[in-house]
Amino acid sequence: MTLGRITTNAGEWLRGAGPRSDVVLSSRVRLARNLAGFPFVSRSSRRQREEILERCRDQIMNGQLAENVLWVGLVECPQVDCQLLVERHLISRQHARANDLARAVAVDTNETFSIMVNEEDHLRIAVLRSGVQLAEAFEQVNRIDNIIEKKLDYAFSKRFGYLTACPTNVGTGMRVSVMLHLPALKLTGEIDKVRRAARDIHLAVRGLFGEGSEAHGDLYQISNQTTLGRSEQEILSEFEHTVVPQIIAYEQQARQALLQQRSVQLDDKIWRAWAILTQARMLGSEEVLTLLSHLRLGVNLGRIQTVDIQTINELFLLSQPAHLQKINGSAMEGAVRRQGRAELIRRRLGAAD
Amino acid sequence: MVLVWGPQAVKKICDKCNHPATVHEVEIVKGQKIEKHLCDDHAREEGIAVGADYKPINELLTNFVKMHSGSAPAHDLVCDNCGMGFSEFRENSLLGCPQCYIAFEAPLSPLLERAQDNGTHHIGKVPQRCGIGERRQEQLLRMRNRLAEAVKSEDFELAARLRDDISQFEGVVE
Ligand SMILES: [Zn+2]
Ligand SMILES: [Zn+2]
Repeated sequence: MTLGRITTNAGEWLRGAGPRSDVVLSSRVRLARNLAGFPFVSRSSRRQREEILERCRDQIMNGQLAENVLWVGLVECPQVDCQLLVERHLISRQHARANDLARAVAVDTNETFSIMVNEEDHLRIAVLRSGVQLAEAFEQVNRIDNIIEKKLDYAFSKRFGYLTACPTNVGTGMRVSVMLHLPALKLTGEIDKVRRAARDIHLAVRGLFGEGSEAHGDLYQISNQTTLGRSEQEILSEFEHTVVPQIIAYEQQARQALLQQRSVQLDDKIWRAWAILTQARMLGSEEVLTLLSHLRLGVNLGRIQTVDIQTINELFLLSQPAHLQKINGSAMEGAVRRQGRAELIRRRLGAAD
Repeated sequence: MVLVWGPQAVKKICDKCNHPATVHEVEIVKGQKIEKHLCDDHAREEGIAVGADYKPINELLTNFVKMHSGSAPAHDLVCDNCGMGFSEFRENSLLGCPQCYIAFEAPLSPLLERAQDNGTHHIGKVPQRCGIGERRQEQLLRMRNRLAEAVKSEDFELAARLRDDISQFEGVVE
């Protein structure tokens, strides 16, 4: 089993070509589904999970979805490859850690969607797009859901909708999220206001790698918490027409304020980031995310033209431990890894000596 | 209910006083659109949940446990299909099977209502083929449960019979 093209390709969502990608890196819509007549994953026997896996694999790999889809059993998958899938946001950390033969993920080779089997729910179907493309992402995830549903009965009740292991997902089973780059709100100290406001209207704010992770690189994931009593269209429309435009407007205001009132400090941050990234001989992963964030801000504001956005987007990912080791072709630890990271970044920024 | 949030919302002041409005509601009554803009205090007075009241379900569950920490575990509700106890659910916030939603309905409903922003009933997508009815879902779940128990106790004769029953049951189109 090999991840093949996934390692060498940068996913569609990374190209940074989507609408409003100056602030919004990616849009994601995922559906939680469970098969009717089976207990939820945490309460099921090994045999039951295997049966669930078989049914899902048949439907995913032998039908309309099968083209360009890679099936990955997570136990047979090497540790570094599992980690790579986490860094790509194709599986959760929880899914990667599991020591269960009945856990798997189906990934399309363009990385527009992934289907986790036997994670917290029997099925977690997710679509990832660059920039603000929530309606498109929903359209695709809904289509996949319809295809799977042709042969598999879902646990569904009239009152509670799609039944999920955790009641925070029950109803639509839909989680909509956007990955936002908010460096100016961070630099101006306004970010806490946005966090509070988002929380007040029942949105979750998380860091780059989800639950409990910090917002390294000024990257924030904002997602809906409410899944019951509101339709998919309502949830999507609030995101697309209210939440996302307003956060973008706030970030733009903060960027303009920085330009007008603190342009020297701003340029200092940007050029320091450039200097360190192109000169340092050892770099830690968190430090890199912070520096790349400042550099990305500089490029988006036209303060620096020595690098393009796509390269920066890619470096956010390639500087992560698993990607680094895949590129290097062998395991790297501690100082060696920091050295390898600095080297990769210098090379990608055209500053290798 | 529609909540508006952000700069354009902040500009409005409360309908009942001069404080900035933080809660914005649009109600449709007899085809008439009625807008309400209220400050936190007046929103609370009107019985509208204000943002700060909202807590994610895990936190709600923890508080629930704290509130009832004195109560005897002997009264624990148990799902008669999967054997999951409500106290166990409170600990890890995962239910055991679809039937748990029915078994725990009484204590779960108020928690859900708060965690789901007053949502109590599903609105939205319904499986296209309408799947199998709730009654059949439950029957299937119980048959599979019996099968798992038969396998566990190594009663292979019973297990084989149950397996046949299940495939026959699944084969029957409603
Ligand atoms: Zn007031
Ligand atoms: Zn149960």
